[in-house]
Amino acid sequence: MLETLKITNLHVAVEGKPILNGVNLTIRRGEVHALMGPNGSGKSTLAGVIMGHPSYDVSEGTIELNGDNILEWDASERARAGIFMAFQRPMAIPGVKMADFLRHATTNVRNPNRKEGEQLIPMREFRKELREKMAQLKMDEEFARRYVNDGFSGGEMKRAEILQLAMLLPKFAILDETDSGLDVDAVKLASQSIAEIGGAEMGILIITHHDRLLEHNVPDFTHVMLGGRIVETGGVELARELYTEGYEKVRERHPEDAAVEKEMSSTGKTLAAGVA
Amino acid sequence: MATDLIASDETGIGEINKYDFVTPSHAVFKARRGLNSQIVAEISEMKGEPRWMRDFRLNSLKLFESRPLPRWGGDIALDFQDIYYYLKPTDHQGKTWDDVPAEIKETFDKLGIPEAEKKFLAGVKAQFESEVVYGSLKEDLAKKGVIFTDTDTAVREHGDLVREYLGTIIPPGDNKFAALNSAVWSGGSFIYVPKGVKIEFPLQAYFRINAERMGQFERTLIIVDEGAEVHYVEGCTAPMYSTESLHSAVVEVVVRRGARCRYTTIQNWANNIYNLVTKRAVAYGDSLMEWIDGNLGSRLTMKYPAVYMMEPGARGEILSIAFASKGQHQDAGAKVVHCAPHTKSRIISKSISKNGGRSSYRGLCKVQDGAIGSKSNVVCDALILDPASRSDTYPYIEVEEQDVHVEHEASVSRIGEEQLFYLQSRGLTEAEASSMIVSGFIEPLVKELPMEYAVEMNRLIELQMEGSVG
Repeated sequence: MLETLKITNLHVAVEGKPILNGVNLTIRRGEVHALMGPNGSGKSTLAGVIMGHPSYDVSEGTIELNGDNILEWDASERARAGIFMAFQRPMAIPGVKMADFLRHATTNVRNPNRKEGEQLIPMREFRKELREKMAQLKMDEEFARRYVNDGFSGGEMKRAEILQLAMLLPKFAILDETDSGLDVDAVKLASQSIAEIGGAEMGILIITHHDRLLEHNVPDFTHVMLGGRIVETGGVELARELYTEGYEKVRERHPEDAAVEKEMSSTGKTLAAGVA
Repeated sequence: MATDLIASDETGIGEINKYDFVTPSHAVFKARRGLNSQIVAEISEMKGEPRWMRDFRLNSLKLFESRPLPRWGGDIALDFQDIYYYLKPTDHQGKTWDDVPAEIKETFDKLGIPEAEKKFLAGVKAQFESEVVYGSLKEDLAKKGVIFTDTDTAVREHGDLVREYLGTIIPPGDNKFAALNSAVWSGGSFIYVPKGVKIEFPLQAYFRINAERMGQFERTLIIVDEGAEVHYVEGCTAPMYSTESLHSAVVEVVVRRGARCRYTTIQNWANNIYNLVTKRAVAYGDSLMEWIDGNLGSRLTMKYPAVYMMEPGARGEILSIAFASKGQHQDAGAKVVHCAPHTKSRIISKSISKNGGRSSYRGLCKVQDGAIGSKSNVVCDALILDPASRSDTYPYIEVEEQDVHVEHEASVSRIGEEQLFYLQSRGLTEAEASSMIVSGFIEPLVKELPMEYAVEMNRLIELQMEGSVG
């Protein structure tokens, strides 16, 4: 059976304010989905709620992984079940070396039933694999000895996210604006990297404003989000259209959702940071 | 300091005491509960001390009685008359691990301290007397003139040296608890490193665990002579255990010209201990004094290791970690006093508060008039794990000289939901994620420790973190 991540009629509020108003989306392993939409339309909230962010309240709907409703699972359990999110703004963990963090994470994800305190992947084995993956991503080995995202440039953070993706090899990966903050060459490298590390085996949801990240990861489906709903779904041509023409036409085609968008942005300015 | 002409004749001490103080042979001695001059005199008598030390104690007792409790720091709810100030070991010989609070016993078990060390702790006296672990080392060093012994023995065998320095760095009247220690002290380390002798491996003191023997009032004196080097470690691989309610040590360190001394402490106290300790070093020309101070457990800890930089080129570094959990208040910090030109100091303090624990950084940076070209850098970071916990910073900066460079940075952070979410999204449990954030927070200090102590410190922190996430 083809593995699927299925989102049905998902309603989500953050601090009492509705952000998602009935999202439906099904991703199968091996598919690439692009998710586009204006700022504040709910893309990052959708990513966060799939990963299990604790401050998002789901009032209605389900998220199913191969038929299991995962809404009650915490982020750790979801990660161990094969879900991954590349953060738009990864968190710095000062004093914790990338290599130590990754060894712990990789061990847990590969042995989902591991109990705290049980053995980690043998150091030698882990180092070898990490070195290979870093070489593949053209990353300096020194990177592994740096503290997680601490003092990283925007580009370094995004590359660190891709390294994590490469090590954890999830079934489903959500890339939340992995291209933002990167220059053209860096986006190209990122795009190639994702394809190289076996993106084809994963179900991928790419949240982006640009089409460059899609270059090597051509979407099978493009979704447009507006006012907390997916209002249109098309092929790769839709992504190109949105990239070149913006969202005005989408708003015209979906006046009701555009009205919701307007309302959300007028009441939600102060929340913007929280839901971005 | 009280003087005694007879006692200054070192060769005479033993003889005189043998006649002066007749102790019942092999009798159990337990000072009566409470504190008065008679009890202090009895302690001195029990130890067969020279007269000068007895007078030192009695004089200190008067100072203790006249001093008020500190009006700052934490609440000290102690009845000084309800404490046993001296207990001879035989009182506790029948003790088993079953007498130990379950929490502490469990900690030792979880620490995986080898069976041999467990035996060591159970039979502290024997181990203390034989000093097998350090026997060979001591022998090597002894040939070079190094002295490493307990302070009681030092009073008997190196009376002149002890008498010259004891109570000069921290006079009995310095504060109420220094006075108390001076009156009732027992045990502690005495170290003398002769000129130019560099001791490669750390000197380690395990006998401090023998609270019964030494009481809770250890007295340590370290003299590092010109160009010599020593690293002294206490209470590290065996967290200290004490059933008593008060631990009040005094540690004095003299670092002569061009010498180096590193003093590492990792304390893991039971939750019913008041840990009120005075630690001070004087550092002479071009010398370096380092305090590395890890404070875990206790009900209240008040401890501010100090370095007085007495001559040009002296340096003082203090690294401090405090971990306050439920029912614990860590009022810890550091003091640096620049008394001479071109002296340099650095303080790094890291504190963690969880489960309603309270940690405070309290520090003094003082630059005296004339200490031109001196530099001081103070960084204190606090990490708060939950809303019930608390952290405060009390930096005191007194600069009497213009031509100096003094920096102070302080930060307080909470373990953020976003940090936890990030780590959990990579498959770490909430507990693993918190633990990782905490170990990262103290990493800059832990990496300063020798490997085995760094491992120990991390394990202690992990133990503190266990079950901390609700």
